[in-house]
Amino acid sequence: MSQEPKPSATPSRLDPELTARRDFLGTAATTLACGTCGFALLGSARLPKVAVLPSASKKFKVVLPPSLLPGQPFVPPGRSVAIFKDGDSVHAISTICTHLGCVVKPVESGFDCPCHGSRFAANGDVVRGPAPKALAWLSVSSAGGGAVLVDEGKVVPAGTKVSV
Amino acid sequence: MSGLPTETDGGPALGRFADNLKRIPRRFLETMFRGGRPDSDRGRSNFVFQNVFLHLHSVRTHRWSLKWSTTWGLGMITLGSFLVTVVTGVLLMFYYKPYPDVAYQSIKDIHFVVPTGHFLRNIHRWAANIMVVGVLLHMARVFFTASYRKPREFNWVIGMLLLPVTLGLSFTGYLLPWDQLAYWAITIGANIAQSPREVTDALGITQQFDPGGLQKLILLGSDEVGEEALIRFYLLHVLILPLVLCFLVAVHFWRVRKDGGLARPADVDVRLPPPERRTFPVFTEAPAKTYSLAAVVKSRTPAVGNPPENTVPSMPHLFYAEAAVFMLTIFLCVLLSLFIDAPLKEIANPLVPENPAKAPWYFLGLQELVAHSAFMGGIGIPMITLLGLALIPYLDREKAGTGLWFGGSGGGRLVAMSAAYGLAAVLVVEAVAIRFGWLQQWWPGCPQLLIILLNPGTVLTVLYGIWSVWVVKRFDSTRAGALGLFACFMAGFIVLTVVGTWFRGPNWEFYWSPSQWPGH
Ligand code: HEM
Ligand code: FES
Repeated sequence: MSQEPKPSATPSRLDPELTARRDFLGTAATTLACGTCGFALLGSARLPKVAVLPSASKKFKVVLPPSLLPGQPFVPPGRSVAIFKDGDSVHAISTICTHLGCVVKPVESGFDCPCHGSRFAANGDVVRGPAPKALAWLSVSSAGGGAVLVDEGKVVPAGTKVSV
Repeated sequence: MSGLPTETDGGPALGRFADNLKRIPRRFLETMFRGGRPDSDRGRSNFVFQNVFLHLHSVRTHRWSLKWSTTWGLGMITLGSFLVTVVTGVLLMFYYKPYPDVAYQSIKDIHFVVPTGHFLRNIHRWAANIMVVGVLLHMARVFFTASYRKPREFNWVIGMLLLPVTLGLSFTGYLLPWDQLAYWAITIGANIAQSPREVTDALGITQQFDPGGLQKLILLGSDEVGEEALIRFYLLHVLILPLVLCFLVAVHFWRVRKDGGLARPADVDVRLPPPERRTFPVFTEAPAKTYSLAAVVKSRTPAVGNPPENTVPSMPHLFYAEAAVFMLTIFLCVLLSLFIDAPLKEIANPLVPENPAKAPWYFLGLQELVAHSAFMGGIGIPMITLLGLALIPYLDREKAGTGLWFGGSGGGRLVAMSAAYGLAAVLVVEAVAIRFGWLQQWWPGCPQLLIILLNPGTVLTVLYGIWSVWVVKRFDSTRAGALGLFACFMAGFIVLTVVGTWFRGPNWEFYWSPSQWPGH
């Protein structure tokens, strides 16, 4: 503060100011303030991304009806998964369309999607677009006593069958 | 004592008190107006200038801006219908409960039990639709009158933000009733947000890099449409998006005023008929004051250098026009609400998709494209379109035709030609896709990347692009190219929307009329 440059002529508010040090402090403070706010905002932007999926558990146990024929889909009530049983080999295919998430209907030839007309073969492969990929195969395991445990949240490679 | 006003005139205090008591209503009215009652041009101008709400307008308005054919009142219709949705929306919030299933019941209550609820809900729905139509037509009028040019480029960009915000408001509102229509439209919408996976899957990098999955997760707050999604959509609908919209609208209006009012042709004075009797130009009297802020005002100040100014006082001329449009908007909302109910289907059922599951009408054109490639139809092409539109004022920097309908090289004839071309192109592409199918049907094993690059949407985009490049060359004018492209875009938008709305039935198959839909 000691040697402020002496104004030479009559000062005018239009003259550029000379106090470089105040400029420096001001700029530093502004940058710091903006940076802090930016950082805080950036940090809180993480909030909307859920850490734990709030949806209900995707695992369920089900007893397959004894009358189930090979190649015939069984869709447990309230679930979007088709379970097939051939002898004692079991597999499960998701009935969520890979295009935009409608629920496909099991039909004679496989699965049909009501939303944009995708068709899938019985093994989930795309027969007709717009679905970009095959229906997902889901993890199944034996839960003892004729029941199977299906995990709708766990995708397994197509063709994975387990014996129960 | 003689010169004092009557209020303090003699008599006992009690008498004066009684007098004052009697005068309260009149005196109160007088105190509302800081400058006295506005009863002359000058008084009214002063009033507009001094009033916190009115001074969003400039004090005087150019007569060109008041011609109906300049704007057709479309911006005001959009604002008016927004205000109607705000009022009716806040009223609906008294009863609406944003929780799955409960939400559906509360809408049913609003519809069947709440006094005036049915009517208010209808008005809210209709005003929302009118707002979407309004914003689209408003954009078209600004484009066709070449009103986006210097110095209004930035305001056009603000408008390009207002468009998606308006659509977003409407779309988030669509989920709130929690019926089948709502649930499946939002499921499809959320999966469109996820559709960049189509590309990352095709490239085999989804494991490492999954922007699509992240978008869906943030939008829904979960992996499926449930309570989290409903609360998020509710919050967006009643708070975040309206606030963003108000903020943008404020900037939008401010810029309209500061960019010198509405765009008008350079030779506007010869185009206008002589003013009506009893409208006075400003400079019949010398201005009594100078603007003390003039020192910081750069560039154009309103009247400098424009001697025959051809303006009229905003109050009452502009205000009458605004009020008329606002009344028309309300009239339309009420009329439609009297005769056509807002839809409400069965309660949402995550296991049985609505068939056909249709988005709100203004997205059905996109849904038509989505039925070939989710990513291109839902994200790629809308992005290209918005970006293309936003860049128009930076690409067309010509001067001819500003402020005139179909102004600029080519004019109305070019627009008609381009619309015909655009129409033909979209009809042919759609006809082929409907009659013969597309790549996936011709070649079942076809790689996904090829479909993403080559589908009806991208083919149309390219056809339109080629046309506009050709037009630029043919007329040697960028404005002509823009006119051609915009006319094509409108033709495409309208045809796709119409097909999606009326000609698509169960399984998204083509039907000439809903009466042919297989029964269900
Ligand atoms: C620009 C504005 C707006 C648009 C385009 C819009 C659009 C919509 C739409 C399409 C619906 C579905 C209506 C229905 O099914 O009946 C809806 C519902 C709703 N909106 Fe808005 N809205 C807007 C502004 C607002 C505002 C500002 C609020 C409150 C502050 C609000 C509160 C509500 C509520 C509570 C519902 C649920 C009631 C219902 O579905 O009938 N809206 N909105
Ligand atoms: S959601 Fe299945 S075809 Fe679109």
